[in-house]
Amino acid sequence: MAFIGLCDCNNFFVSCERVFRPDLEKRPVMVLSNNDGCIVARSNEVKALGIKMGTPLFQVRDLIRRHNIAVFSSNYQLYGDMSQRVMNILRQEAPGIEIYSIDEAFMNLGEMSLESLQPFARNLSARIRREVGIPVSIGVSPTKTLAKIASKLCKQYPALKGGCLMYRTQDVEKVLGRFPVSDVWGIGRRSNAKLQAMGITSALGFYNMPPEQINYLFHLPGLRTWKELHGEPSIGFEDVQPDHQTVCISRSFAKEMTTLEELDAAISTFTSKVAEKLRAQGQCAQQMSVFILTNRFREDAPQNYQIKTTLFDVATDDTLEMSERAALSLRQIFKTGYAYKKAGVMVSRLMPRRGVQSSMLDNIDRLRRASLMETIDAINKVEGNYTVRLASQGEMDQFSARTMTSRRFTTRWDEIIDVKV
Amino acid sequence: MSKEAELAMVHAGFPSPAEDFMDVALDLNKELVRNPSSTFFARVKGDSMIDDGVNDGDMLIIDKAAEPVDGCLAVCFVDGEFTLKRYLNKGDYAILMPANKAYKPIRVDADNQFAIWGVVKYLVKKV
Repeated sequence: MAFIGLCDCNNFFVSCERVFRPDLEKRPVMVLSNNDGCIVARSNEVKALGIKMGTPLFQVRDLIRRHNIAVFSSNYQLYGDMSQRVMNILRQEAPGIEIYSIDEAFMNLGEMSLESLQPFARNLSARIRREVGIPVSIGVSPTKTLAKIASKLCKQYPALKGGCLMYRTQDVEKVLGRFPVSDVWGIGRRSNAKLQAMGITSALGFYNMPPEQINYLFHLPGLRTWKELHGEPSIGFEDVQPDHQTVCISRSFAKEMTTLEELDAAISTFTSKVAEKLRAQGQCAQQMSVFILTNRFREDAPQNYQIKTTLFDVATDDTLEMSERAALSLRQIFKTGYAYKKAGVMVSRLMPRRGVQSSMLDNIDRLRRASLMETIDAINKVEGNYTVRLASQGEMDQFSARTMTSRRFTTRWDEIIDVKV
Repeated sequence: MSKEAELAMVHAGFPSPAEDFMDVALDLNKELVRNPSSTFFARVKGDSMIDDGVNDGDMLIIDKAAEPVDGCLAVCFVDGEFTLKRYLNKGDYAILMPANKAYKPIRVDADNQFAIWGVVKYLVKKV
């Protein structure tokens, strides 16, 4: 039997902060989204307080004071570097790895012997903790979906010491009986709603359904998940690609915006970022949506949510063209008298750049533009993001309030650890 | 020599006599950072270790995973702060030895919030 491992970093952003602040080891810690809008990472102590993922910061101000919660703005440079350290160790230890997200990777453990798997997972977990300082949960199972569940068991049971091998049918069934079906990888919100309506709440309930019924109700993706739970690998090692069918950049603002000028700068920045992402993926987009919304948690303020979607004649990845269009869209949806809390730009109908159909009526010199974009990307890559940007993007820090950011300890010489000697 | 062979010689150039001895240029990163995953950098603030040649502003190359041997230069976390001292293991307690007569040794035991964060492998100083 071939085995798959899943290494998941525990409360990753919080753990990164704690590496450089050992005094926070037992204290509640949370990390906020860009611009400090809402909570994106919580320590176990914060979870125990009942604070949910995604909660807006202002709703928990009181709890923060009462429980002395340490609050950090997100420090993606630090998290990115710490993630690479973890991934490098996985690469050294496992025959093959597939990075799934900043804090998660699958390992192809090939034909490692059954006896060696449990110690392998535990030792690897210990090594990452010792060398990088990050606690991880490693699940090992015959399929990806089961490996994910096994890794979650590590978090529930500290006695597993960060490594859990799960493969025997009776063990799997026992675990699934206590595992909420909504937490199974691949069971989305809609599938879960269907299952709940049928009275199926545990993963075991789903597991015990006949495959014909699964196929009828949940189609191929559901059947794949079902097979995976039964120990039959159905999600290949390269099948899982991050979903690039849309690219979206959106932010909550620290301070609500009321003028077109402010929103213009924000939308322009988001559009540049989206275009840059498209170029990095070698894709062009045919459709773009610009959206702005007011703070739905403020019942006292007038509410407004607007989205404007437009199509390009020729699919594009061009910052200038997209920004022009985005500014136009914004003008069609912006209304005075509202305080906007969040805005974003999303592109869809993506296609590979090579496959883009040209148009007879196209009045843009695509080749020259492409080389300009390449130059901008190259400069920004070397000199730091936003060195070259559109004038409409404005000053970068006007809509971010990073008051509690830790230092970029591992990527900037002038921010390395200070040791009092 | 045939015309063709002569021509090939011109195009290829004479083989460099150094070719057989090609080596990769020295890389300080490889020498000083044995394990990139566990290596962190820090800056010295203060003068409690000057007799060991550690001065304010020096850079420390720390291995977070290294086993702290008795007497090593250890980056310790004591009561909310990072500090650098010689670590002396006394069993029930530990002594953090400064290298400056103006400072007293620090005794740490179970009552302190104490951990060895990493071991200093190299000291980099600008002269």
